[in-house]
Amino acid sequence: MITVEGLTRKYGTFTAVDDVSFVCQPGRVTGFLGPNGAGKTTTMRIMVGLTAPTAGRVTIGGHLYQDIPNPGRHVGVLLDASAQHAGRTGREILELGARTMGLDGSRVDEMLELVSLTPGEAKRRLRNYSLGMKQRLGIAHALLGDPSVLILDEPANGLDPAGIRWMRGLLKGYAERGGTVLLSSHLLNEVELIADEMILIGHGKIVAQGDKKSLLAGAKGSGTTFVTALDNQVLAEALQAKGFVVAGAGDGLRVETEPVEVGRTAAEKAIVLTDLRAADGGLEDLFLELTSDTQREGMA
Amino acid sequence: MSATTPALGHALDISTTRPTPFSRLVRVELRKSYDTRASFWLLMVIGLIVLATEVIVLIVTTVNDESIQFGDFIGAAAFMTSFLLPVLGIMLVTSEWGQRTAMVTFALEPRRPRVIAAKAVVGVLLTLATVVVAIVLGLVCNLVYGAIQGDADWTFGWAGFFAFIVNQTFAMLGGFALAALLLNTAGAIVVFFIYKWVLPILIGIGAALMAWFDKLAPWIDFLSAQNELYDWPLTGDQWAHLVVSGFIWLVIPIVIGVWRILRAEVK
Repeated sequence: MITVEGLTRKYGTFTAVDDVSFVCQPGRVTGFLGPNGAGKTTTMRIMVGLTAPTAGRVTIGGHLYQDIPNPGRHVGVLLDASAQHAGRTGREILELGARTMGLDGSRVDEMLELVSLTPGEAKRRLRNYSLGMKQRLGIAHALLGDPSVLILDEPANGLDPAGIRWMRGLLKGYAERGGTVLLSSHLLNEVELIADEMILIGHGKIVAQGDKKSLLAGAKGSGTTFVTALDNQVLAEALQAKGFVVAGAGDGLRVETEPVEVGRTAAEKAIVLTDLRAADGGLEDLFLELTSDTQREGMA
Repeated sequence: MSATTPALGHALDISTTRPTPFSRLVRVELRKSYDTRASFWLLMVIGLIVLATEVIVLIVTTVNDESIQFGDFIGAAAFMTSFLLPVLGIMLVTSEWGQRTAMVTFALEPRRPRVIAAKAVVGVLLTLATVVVAIVLGLVCNLVYGAIQGDADWTFGWAGFFAFIVNQTFAMLGGFALAALLLNTAGAIVVFFIYKWVLPILIGIGAALMAWFDKLAPWIDFLSAQNELYDWPLTGDQWAHLVVSGFIWLVIPIVIGVWRILRAEVK
């Protein structure tokens, strides 16, 4: 388990991480979500001792990272899949990691197989790897020492949809066996699917945390509905007559209320619906809302 | 923000984990010194230059019917390797920064001074390997010379041998120190060659123009102080010159460099 307590990192007058505290529990995947430059990477770098905190501290299983002997055996780290020597082969990169940790050479083959890098691909030099292959290699490197804690910065970046599904299964299984997983992303959809617990960070501050349900419950403006009817025009007028805000959205309408209200209106007016669902964007809206001051593009 | 208290069983049991032994770090760093094309060819080029130098000396002396000693072969090789060993020392350090592998290295061993020490040990080991190659090739060349000329001079001299090893090691460590200080390959190489070629000239000019500087020069001229080692044994003054100038050119850059690496945010 990872415990972050009052973590602050300043660069001159700029505060990259501002009094951040949270806990990542074993057996759960914790998603660390925020727009680019929100302080995710800095927080993770402090966790593994690559950056010194200005204030506060991080303990992993009760220890400072610097105090863990042979830390690769306890904490798997992937901060930047490209931060490897471009001239080394994938296999050689894992080989160096395995030797540093004092592992058997067979572990390298196991990990290559686990992340589906073929022997041919493992012999290629890193400069010839796609981003997705680098991520797979980086995940293999993080898992080499059979750690009980995983810290992954943007691990899904560059993976294709099949790769993302694979990683989701891998990390879920890992957490189910009791492992602690912290993974960051700036893409809500990625995290939403994998994470049991979410921590939203913006401008160096934690803006919300909890599981998906509790986050949504606390979201302002929750209850947006997408609806498509055979006659959208009639439905829109009926909804507006009831005082709901209606806007066009693709083939259908976006209504600022619960699906049940839209359904009731349609039933009253005997309008045939072809699609009715709560907007999945609820969490996305929340995410954008919570981090709006930090978004580069303002909320239009 | 979170009021969660750590439950029992959530602590990481590190009692059975042994720290990474230093010897293992040295072995890993040694492997890193030849497992890329750039690093492999740097080592190969050092070996090939030693070979080429000694063979050319052999050919020239044989053709001109000049006399030569065993030690001369090695001295010629040493002159050439004194250019490349500093580059080796530089590359050992800067390759981690240029390629950003320091992030991985220091995540696996957060006790950074141990990693730097392991790299220095690797540098010394490779320097000694170069010395062995130079001596073995010198031996072969001198045998060939003897076979052709009918007589080989095996004068070598332990003082020369000792001075040779120390010079080569200091050359490598000089590069290593500057690399730790600058963390940049090109910068470290440029500064090293200024130190090796431009600085002695400046010191020479300064000493010729200013009497007070003439007195000061031996205390800051590390290269000259090292050359005294060939005239073993050293006087007390010469020892003092060696220690003081070595402190300036090796110890100070290494200490500042290591301090910098320890404080650096590894990106």
